[in-house]
Amino acid sequence: MSIRNQAYIAGAYEHPTRKATGISLAQLHAEVAKGALEDAGLAKDDVDGYFCAGDAPGLGPLNMADYMGLKLRHVDSTDTGGSSYLIHVAHAAQAIAAGKCNVALITLAGRPRSEGMATGTAPRVWNAAAPDVPFEYFYGPTVVNMYAMCAMRHMHEFGTTAEQLAWIKVAASQHAQWNDHAMLREVVTVEDVVNSPLIADPLHRLDCCVISDGGGALIVVRPEIARSLQRPKVRLRGAGEAPKHQMGGKIDLTYSGARWSGPAAFAEAGVTPADIKYASIYDSFTIPVLMQLEDLGFCEKGRGGAFVADGNLISGVGRLPFNTDGGGLCNNHPANRGGMTKVIEAVRQLRGEAHPRVQVRNCDLALAQGTGGSLGTRHGSATLILERES
Amino acid sequence: MAEALALPSNPETEPFWQACREGRFLVRRCDSCGQAHWYPRTLCPFCFSDRTVWQDGSGRGTIYSFSIMRRVPEPYAIAYVTLDEGPSMMTTIVDCDFDTIRIGMPVTVAFKTLDDGRALPVFRPA
Ligand SMILES: [Zn+2]
Repeated sequence: MSIRNQAYIAGAYEHPTRKATGISLAQLHAEVAKGALEDAGLAKDDVDGYFCAGDAPGLGPLNMADYMGLKLRHVDSTDTGGSSYLIHVAHAAQAIAAGKCNVALITLAGRPRSEGMATGTAPRVWNAAAPDVPFEYFYGPTVVNMYAMCAMRHMHEFGTTAEQLAWIKVAASQHAQWNDHAMLREVVTVEDVVNSPLIADPLHRLDCCVISDGGGALIVVRPEIARSLQRPKVRLRGAGEAPKHQMGGKIDLTYSGARWSGPAAFAEAGVTPADIKYASIYDSFTIPVLMQLEDLGFCEKGRGGAFVADGNLISGVGRLPFNTDGGGLCNNHPANRGGMTKVIEAVRQLRGEAHPRVQVRNCDLALAQGTGGSLGTRHGSATLILERES
Repeated sequence: MAEALALPSNPETEPFWQACREGRFLVRRCDSCGQAHWYPRTLCPFCFSDRTVWQDGSGRGTIYSFSIMRRVPEPYAIAYVTLDEGPSMMTTIVDCDFDTIRIGMPVTVAFKTLDDGRALPVFRPA
C-alpha cells in the first residue's frame, strides 16, 4: 500500500516565541496544537490521532493527551530525535489510509534556551543503559564535535572547503533577514563565517545553528476533510525513513541516512530531484545540509561543496532555494530538534504563504528532509515529498 | 572532558574493562563470519551469530577523522580510529600537539585512568 496522496497537511503552525520564559513545556505543546488547528479551521474535538516524540513531557503521548483533553483512537510516539516529526507525518498518512484516524495532530516544543542547556558543547546522554554509552561518553562526544568529524572527513575525501560550507549559512541569513521571528536576522558573508571562532575544527561559530525555545504543530487529515476546508491543499506524495548507525565499526561519516530515505520517498512520489522547486533541509550545522543534498541526489556525492557555493541555495538567485525561513541556522531550532520547522516552511512555500521576498514562484513540489540524533554516531533520516493540489 | 556518569553494570562488556585495567586492549571477533566489530557485543552485528570471542587487539590503528574541541576549559581531540583489526572506534588523541593531528596518522593505544577507576583506551601518535 502506498500513502501517495492519501493524506494532506491541513494545518501548520510555528510558535513565534524564541525564548519561552513564563511558558511551561506542556503549555507550549498545547499552544502550537491550538495554532495548527486554527490554521486548518478545525476544532480540538476533531482530533482523533496524536503524535509526539521525546520532547513531550511524560509517558509517550499520555500526559499531553490528558493535558489537552484529547479523545483519541490512534497514538504514535516514534522518537528518532529531530526527524521524528517528518516520520510522524508519514505514519499519520499510513494510519489515515488504514482508517485508524481522520485528523492527526503532531506537536513539538522545547525550552533549551530558557533552561540554559549547554546544547552543543557538553556530552548528552539520553539513557545511560544504551550499550554504546561506555564506549563513547568518556571521550567527550558533543553535538558539535561529532558533526565536525563528518566535515573533517568530507573535506579530506572530497576537498570540500570551509568557504563552501559557509555559503550555506550565507543563504540561510539572506532568507532570515525577512523573517520577523528569526533569532539571527543579520545578513552574513562567507568571510564572516570563516572568520568566526572555531568551536570544533573545522566548524566555526557561524557554522552552528541557533539555540531557541518554541515549537510547532501539524494537522494531517484524510483527503475528503482537506477538500472541505478553506485552505490551500498540500498533500503527501511520498515518504521515506531510514536509521543509519556505526555499522559494527564500518564507519563512513561522509553520508547520511538520506541516502536511503531519499530514494524511497522519490520512488513513492514518482518524481526526481530535478522536479523539486523548494527544499527544507535539516541544518543543525552547515555540514549536514551539504551531506543530505548529496545523499538526496541533488548533486553527486562529493560535489556538494560546489553545489551550495555562489548562492545556489538562495531564493530568487540559485537553482535550489532552501530553508527560506532562515532554518535552524538563523531562525529557530526549538527543543534542539529541527524536523518540525522543516515541514512547516515547506507547507508555507506550497501554499504561497512564505515571505514574499523568499517565496518560490509556482512552488508546486517541495521536499522536507530531517535527521535526528547525530550524523557522527547514529541518526534517523526522514524524507517527505509534498505537493500542492491545483 | 566528560562529567562523571553513573553507569549500570554490564556483564556483556565487563571483561573488556577488566582487561583495560590490566593494560590489555581487547577486540571482539566473530568465529562465524571472521570479522571483528566495535563496540564489543555478544551477538555479531554482521551475521548475528553468537560465536563471538575476545581476542587481544594489536592496539594499532590510523586516524579516520578527528576534531579539536576548542571552546572548553580543557581543549581535547576527539577522533575515530580505524583499528588494524578492521573496525573504527571513537576515542581521543593524547600526548601530542593537537595541531599536528592528521587523518591517516598512525596511532597506538594507551590507557587513561578516570576518577571512577575505569581505564579508558585512548590513542597517541605511533
Ligand atoms: Zn559474524
